[in-house]
Amino acid sequence: MLEKILFYTFGCGAVLTALGMITRRNAVYSAVYLVGCFCCVAGLYVLLNAQFLAAVQVIVYAGAIMVLFIFVIMLLRSDSPAEGTETISFQRIFGFVFSLILLFQIGFIMKAVVLTAPAAEYTTEKIASIGNTELVGQLLFTKYLYPFEVVSILLLAAIIGAVVLAKKKI
Amino acid sequence: MPIAEIIITLIKIVFILLVILTGVAYYSFAERKIGGWIQDRVGPNRAGPWGILQPLADGVKFFFKEEVIPHHVDRPLYILAPALAMIPALITFAVVPFGSRITLFGHAIPMQIADVNIGLLYIFAIASLGVYGIVLAGWASNNKYSLLGALRSSAQMISYELSLGLSIVGILMVYETLRLNQIVVHQGGMLEWFPYLPRWGIFVQPLGFLIFIIAAFAETNRIPFDLPEGEAEIVAGYHTEYGSMKFAFFFMAEYANMITSSAVIATLFFGGWQVPYLNLAGFSPFAVAVIHLTAFAAKTLFFAFLFIWVRWSLPRFRYDQLMGLGWKVMLPLALVNILVTGLIYVVKY
Repeated sequence: MLEKILFYTFGCGAVLTALGMITRRNAVYSAVYLVGCFCCVAGLYVLLNAQFLAAVQVIVYAGAIMVLFIFVIMLLRSDSPAEGTETISFQRIFGFVFSLILLFQIGFIMKAVVLTAPAAEYTTEKIASIGNTELVGQLLFTKYLYPFEVVSILLLAAIIGAVVLAKKKI
Repeated sequence: MPIAEIIITLIKIVFILLVILTGVAYYSFAERKIGGWIQDRVGPNRAGPWGILQPLADGVKFFFKEEVIPHHVDRPLYILAPALAMIPALITFAVVPFGSRITLFGHAIPMQIADVNIGLLYIFAIASLGVYGIVLAGWASNNKYSLLGALRSSAQMISYELSLGLSIVGILMVYETLRLNQIVVHQGGMLEWFPYLPRWGIFVQPLGFLIFIIAAFAETNRIPFDLPEGEAEIVAGYHTEYGSMKFAFFFMAEYANMITSSAVIATLFFGGWQVPYLNLAGFSPFAVAVIHLTAFAAKTLFFAFLFIWVRWSLPRFRYDQLMGLGWKVMLPLALVNILVTGLIYVVKY
């Protein structure tokens, strides 16, 4: 009962804040709505027994990335909508068609994979017995070690790139 | 969840909120009084004996001030921002264990609102949201000084959050859990290599403690890191345009954050509710619970006092010094701390 109420609260919250984010003209408001959306999704993760993911979602997305976004928006002072916003005459039709295609794709994947897939080896009881965070750590350092290390090198490259771009003389 | 448990949890929530809010009021009084003594003044002494009714007078004044909303502000966010500052300050305490467990009417009640398995991460998640109140206040005020304060604050919080997060990785490696209550339990007993000191975080992770406490000062925007409101340069920073109860919310959020930080420092590095050198075998369970509660309160109060002590002793940093310290000293030190802890573990096992 309690879980259902929470699920619908967070679910509706996520949808409403996502709508708010794309309909606001003001970039700061969009960013605030996006933060709300991330927090709602984190709530959904908690209901799915993925507490670690929920915490990381809030720390990384809501707490770090969005703060940087707002930082940049405030520095650029783009609090008024851009004046010469370019519009392509047929962009509405294109947008409509592509969003329909995307919707069908999501539906197809849900039907083909997510809803009919066999249960994975990590059930809720097993996760609870090992521990949520511990399990993520174990998998990262055993099964997914290679992708994990590749991603870290990718991030390192991005950091070096940012330093090179920002510094004229090193 | 049975009804009894829900009621017990609600009682604990109300209890903690009352303690924090009363604590905030008397914390501000203590700050003025201790600040007075440090500077060889008397401090507030008019309302009640020794001025102890001063917080009440302050509260009444805040409530009865006229609500002024300047016409050039962005109204929705201007009103939302103080609330966004206050909420994270209050909900962080949900995972902090303030005692072991108390037995009342045959129920063993753990003295912690929620013993979640990501306790430590929860604290960081909430702490990372604390910056929004300040940033949005600065932006919505539509005032150059406010915006500067907000920009400084977001840059400062991002910089020091990194060191704060990395400084506790050492604690995680030593105690091998994210549950705060488990961390406290692991801090009972004496050190293996020097059995005269308790197994507290500060003795296991001295460098981690130093980095954590400095970063905690920066995260709570306290002197020497209170550049977001540096009054000599930018009036009052992000809350320049705020008055009456809305200003009081920012003020209370700062003190609530300091209380929570003190409690977290006591929990992670000073054994939480554990009392070293004391054999509790002969005491009744109720007495043990009270002793634990008192130990936790005493440790928290000490760090709350430290916040005041530092404020009235140190000057403010310059902005480039602040950034240099955060990125060039704290971050490398935090990484070295993780490396050394890992090396010791590899050698030991």
